[in-house]
Amino acid sequence: MSLLALQRDMRDWLMREDGAAADRIGATAAPGLAVYQNNYRTQLVACLESSFQRTRAWIGEDMFLHAAVHHIDNVPPSSWTLDAYGRDFPATLARLHAADPEIAEIAGIELALEDLFIAADSSAVGLDGLGDLDWDRAVLTFAPSINLLHLNTNGFVIWSALVDQKEPPAPQYLDRPDVALLWRQGEQCRIRTIDDAELQALLKLRCGMTFGALCRDVALLLGEEAGMTLVGRWLGSWLSDHMVVAIDDRVQAAARCSSHLQL
Amino acid sequence: MIPSFPGFGLGLRKPHYADFLDHRIAVDFLEVISENFMIDGGRPRRILRDIRARYPVALHGVSMSIGSADGLDQAYLIRLRALVDDIEPLFVSDHLSWSRIEEFSSHDLLPLPYTQEAFDIVSANIDRAQNALGRAMLIENPSTYIDFAPADMTEWQFIDALCARTGCGLLLDVNNVFVSASNHGFDPIAYLNAVPHDRVRQIHLAGHSQGDHLLIDTHDRTVPPSVWQLYAHVLPKLGPVATMIERDDAIPPLLDLLTELGTARRIAAGKLEEAA
Repeated sequence: MSLLALQRDMRDWLMREDGAAADRIGATAAPGLAVYQNNYRTQLVACLESSFQRTRAWIGEDMFLHAAVHHIDNVPPSSWTLDAYGRDFPATLARLHAADPEIAEIAGIELALEDLFIAADSSAVGLDGLGDLDWDRAVLTFAPSINLLHLNTNGFVIWSALVDQKEPPAPQYLDRPDVALLWRQGEQCRIRTIDDAELQALLKLRCGMTFGALCRDVALLLGEEAGMTLVGRWLGSWLSDHMVVAIDDRVQAAARCSSHLQL
Repeated sequence: MIPSFPGFGLGLRKPHYADFLDHRIAVDFLEVISENFMIDGGRPRRILRDIRARYPVALHGVSMSIGSADGLDQAYLIRLRALVDDIEPLFVSDHLSWSRIEEFSSHDLLPLPYTQEAFDIVSANIDRAQNALGRAMLIENPSTYIDFAPADMTEWQFIDALCARTGCGLLLDVNNVFVSASNHGFDPIAYLNAVPHDRVRQIHLAGHSQGDHLLIDTHDRTVPPSVWQLYAHVLPKLGPVATMIERDDAIPPLLDLLTELGTARRIAAGKLEEAA
């Protein structure tokens, strides 16, 4: 048997305990194949348990194990890094628990935080010299690790309660979909929910809108004074949260973004 | 030839990060799992840089899959090269095994048949990896639970030929020799006598468990007397060589591991003095 044929048989044995593949590997190999099968599945279950601790706490040990086994049976690992194995687990949970959408949303938050933890480092802009900028032309660059999650349930509140070891609330749909903003401040992963106005502002700035154009957009909606106050508050929090990595007032602004952007 | 480093070290594991960063611990080097740090950034990478500023570091991989019949993963090699350039490690090692085939990655160290075809594939993969990394690697003998027959050569003949063909060095895991010898019924002393002694640059010492039918390489307990005996046997043939305790599960307090490392130091001192 060629090495490629042998490795395909081992793969088929690990993925689905293929008896014909095991027979081709050899009659005396059964005890060893059992060890490799156990190692394979144990490691993947442990990986999911480690990555989705709050999800596991929310749905309980048995239901989590059932979901993990279902995932392992249907989504074989493909990346060199185990860190990637959980990437499709929220989707598996969404399929298995369509009537309980908060489960997949909690898992999605955990996955996003895990990605954030090892995201590329970036240096936030300091406060010095900000007064000298031409803010009308300024284009803000946000940290590449920033992520936005769409939430239809109170999954974020449940996740927060689980983190704080408090009694989580009962799951429920939100009246209006929410958005969680995730970013890293130094080595600290941060998360907070934002309203649609701040989401739209972030999306427009991230696609190249100037700060001045954003101010005018918001002023049209809320009036000059209220608009400026709100944009100023957003800018203050983005800067103090270390989300902004560059401000350039010398570049040509990008083409105007569409008036309402989707996540 | 890869330079020798005659020191005593430990595998760096999460529960001991603070110990190694906050104190000057009496080890000559630390070994880390490469894949844990082949990431874009964040705290793990910063901790590794801080560790590297205090201790020599060896990079030990588990996912290169040098036995894959369909070759190596280029993205993996690029990331490992970036880590190597950043950390400037003592050694870069991985296992004589495979884990990935055609978009499937088992995340386990799967055994190879010791055939001429496998030898040619592994040799080509090691050549490619060493070119990509810009340096020679160490290849570790695995613990295995399947013995593919018929084979064209023994594991030690396979390793000897690999070192000669590719210029790689050997990371000799003494526990793996014991486990595989027990599982497949060969003489561990014959194995240790036959490996290319001049190519050994690092030794792993670890513990194992008894499974239903086979010994399992669990790395979750102290080094047993049987493994210490093999270490004492092979050491005079090697001379001073980087030696470490490898513990991956049921991680004890650091003091326990340092005590075990002290045993390795005492055995090495005695055996090397006898041999002198």
